[in-house]
Amino acid sequence: MTERILIQGGRIIDPAAGRDAVGDLLIEEGVIREIGPRLSVKGSCQKIDAAGKLVVPGLIDLHSHLREPGFEYKETVATATAAAAAGGFTTICAMPNTNPINDNQSVTEFILERAKAEGKVHVLPVGAITKGSKGEELAEIGELVAAGCVALSDDGRPVMNSELMRRAMEYAKIFDVPVIDHCEDLNLSAGGVMFEGEVSTALGLKGIPAASETVMVARDIALAELTGAKVHLAHISCGGSVHLIREAKRRGIAVTAETCPHYFTLTDDRVRGFDANAKMKPPLATRRDLEEIRAGLADGTIDAIATDHAPHAAQEKECEIDHAPFGIIGLETAFSLSLMLVEEGLLTLPALIQKMTENPARIIGKKIGQLGIGDRADVTLIDPAAEWVVDAGHFKSKSKNSPFIGWKMKGRIAGIVLSGVWKSADAEAGR
Amino acid sequence: MGLKRKDILAIAEMEKEEIELILQTAESFKEVSTREIKKVPTLRGKTVVNLFFEPSTRTRTSFELAAKRLSADVINISTSSSSVVKGETLLDTARNIEAMQSDIIILRHASSGAPYILARALRSAVINAGDGSHEHPSQGLLDLYTIKEKKGGIQGLKVVIVGDVLHSRVARSDIHGLKKLGAEVHLAGPPTMIPLGIEQWGVKVHYRLEEAIAGADVIILLRLQLERQGKGYLPTLREYAQLYGLNSKRVALANNGVLVMHPGPINRGVEVTPEVADGLSSVILEQVTNGVAVRMALLYLLSGEKS
Repeated sequence: MTERILIQGGRIIDPAAGRDAVGDLLIEEGVIREIGPRLSVKGSCQKIDAAGKLVVPGLIDLHSHLREPGFEYKETVATATAAAAAGGFTTICAMPNTNPINDNQSVTEFILERAKAEGKVHVLPVGAITKGSKGEELAEIGELVAAGCVALSDDGRPVMNSELMRRAMEYAKIFDVPVIDHCEDLNLSAGGVMFEGEVSTALGLKGIPAASETVMVARDIALAELTGAKVHLAHISCGGSVHLIREAKRRGIAVTAETCPHYFTLTDDRVRGFDANAKMKPPLATRRDLEEIRAGLADGTIDAIATDHAPHAAQEKECEIDHAPFGIIGLETAFSLSLMLVEEGLLTLPALIQKMTENPARIIGKKIGQLGIGDRADVTLIDPAAEWVVDAGHFKSKSKNSPFIGWKMKGRIAGIVLSGVWKSADAEAGR
Repeated sequence: MGLKRKDILAIAEMEKEEIELILQTAESFKEVSTREIKKVPTLRGKTVVNLFFEPSTRTRTSFELAAKRLSADVINISTSSSSVVKGETLLDTARNIEAMQSDIIILRHASSGAPYILARALRSAVINAGDGSHEHPSQGLLDLYTIKEKKGGIQGLKVVIVGDVLHSRVARSDIHGLKKLGAEVHLAGPPTMIPLGIEQWGVKVHYRLEEAIAGADVIILLRLQLERQGKGYLPTLREYAQLYGLNSKRVALANNGVLVMHPGPINRGVEVTPEVADGLSSVILEQVTNGVAVRMALLYLLSGEKS
């Protein structure tokens, strides 16, 4: 392990400290030791030239699917974390819909052990709300939290039973962990393949109405108000949800929300041609929804940008769209897609970084996602001007199910510092 | 002029001139079916594969006859199960068929978009013989052919499509074709069966049949998919028949000489009363006859033969 790293001359953006200035950052023994306009360091030191680059807290993804245990043919802890590192993330939250489901201590421990042995970034497990994520009985939440789970979710599925969801929220308060809900009314979305609208009509595909998400967002807001629990709404995709969350926040209800880059980049038009890489849940919605999501990001209604990284093997997506699974990978394209919001003047760069660092950290209640003196040195270096083309052959993820393959993007990840160790993207890629 | 495309996947993707070319070509092939020896050597040596993943008698037989009347070799592969259930992917199935040197593959499949997987992957021409609720272009073209034959043209006609538009691939193909050829298209059905956003296609939606068929030149009835009853789309078939069933009294609201059409199979007494289905306005069996001619035209044009 390198003892000292001096990152020189980068634009250091740390939203938690309100910092945005060009300067140096010194890391010693895995923690941030000093930040200043120009640091002079005596003795041996690894120097990293960050001129023209952004130096930001390591990005945090609230929403990744690592697929291990159970679906190693799609992704493993090793490949998911490699993809995360390539995408500039230093911490990712692992959703529990593995096989077995992460609804007990042994699965949590398995994930953490794998992450320790093979992980390229920090992994924070999310435990299931209910046993087997079946929505019938509460999982042993206390045990999950004790084992290291930082949040609870039945992601991939909603908790349809409102009474059970209420109890989950109440119970989660003991441990001060957020309950993350996948907002979907399974009756409204049953059999649906894509967003219900003119495009689903044209393609003859069963639609999922926006109301499938919004009725559950409304319910969760009501339950958050009732219980006072920390409620986080995952992968918000449509304008109606943004309106409900904005109003709830105005009324002081403690809900937080995330969206994913595909919801502010693509619309349901992308499904034309029947490409299963545009099949995701919630589905891509209309241009109007996309604009509402962007507005929600701009005014703070949506707190965080998460990836919902959902790897699926090629053969699973190269089939009839009805049979293809929902989801796309996202860790390696998330930052560049999000940077477009800055290019378009919708967010300032610090506001964007905040949605990928400070805010996710606050939602899971962890003291990460910041560059304070003494903090663990998780740092991401980004070349904001560098252009790159998304090439499936370069993905670190085991799966290649991305609708962005072939896109030209700006903002290349130069590397990460993980607990004080520099990992250059070029070196990792063998360049 | 030939077709500009390798495959026939959707009328939505066709230009007006291509549709007109197909209809004109069908006209010359219709005569072949009236001969004593109903066969021409046009596609001799070509291999046509009927790949039907969904049960079908009418469409499969019509394509088979069309291919045989053009002297093609025809292989029929029928399976009621989805390729995924069978354990082989659709793409692998297609690659295997192509390895047998097929020239044209006709695919019917329960999933919308399935023919696109084949069309993208294969050198063979692919004809969509009905995919999920997406399109059924050869049915749409034979409907256009029948209307044009009976009415002398399509421009300016008022055409009403009645019933389960939501699940109907025939309706989608018909609407695109009719709009491209200048018809005024109206839809009638319960709101549960009218898909969201369809007004954006330039059609008028009615929930009352009488209002829709007033002054109609053509009424196209859609098959009510009985298996969908009980899924909340309709209270009962009886009520559907009362509200949307076509009977003589309702036909009288339309223009003189109105054509009554149906892609079949008919649910007699539900979508249409027997006296209307078998009456003077009905051209339901002529649609079937014309189907062979239209499919001969498609096979001929896709085979790359020069006229």
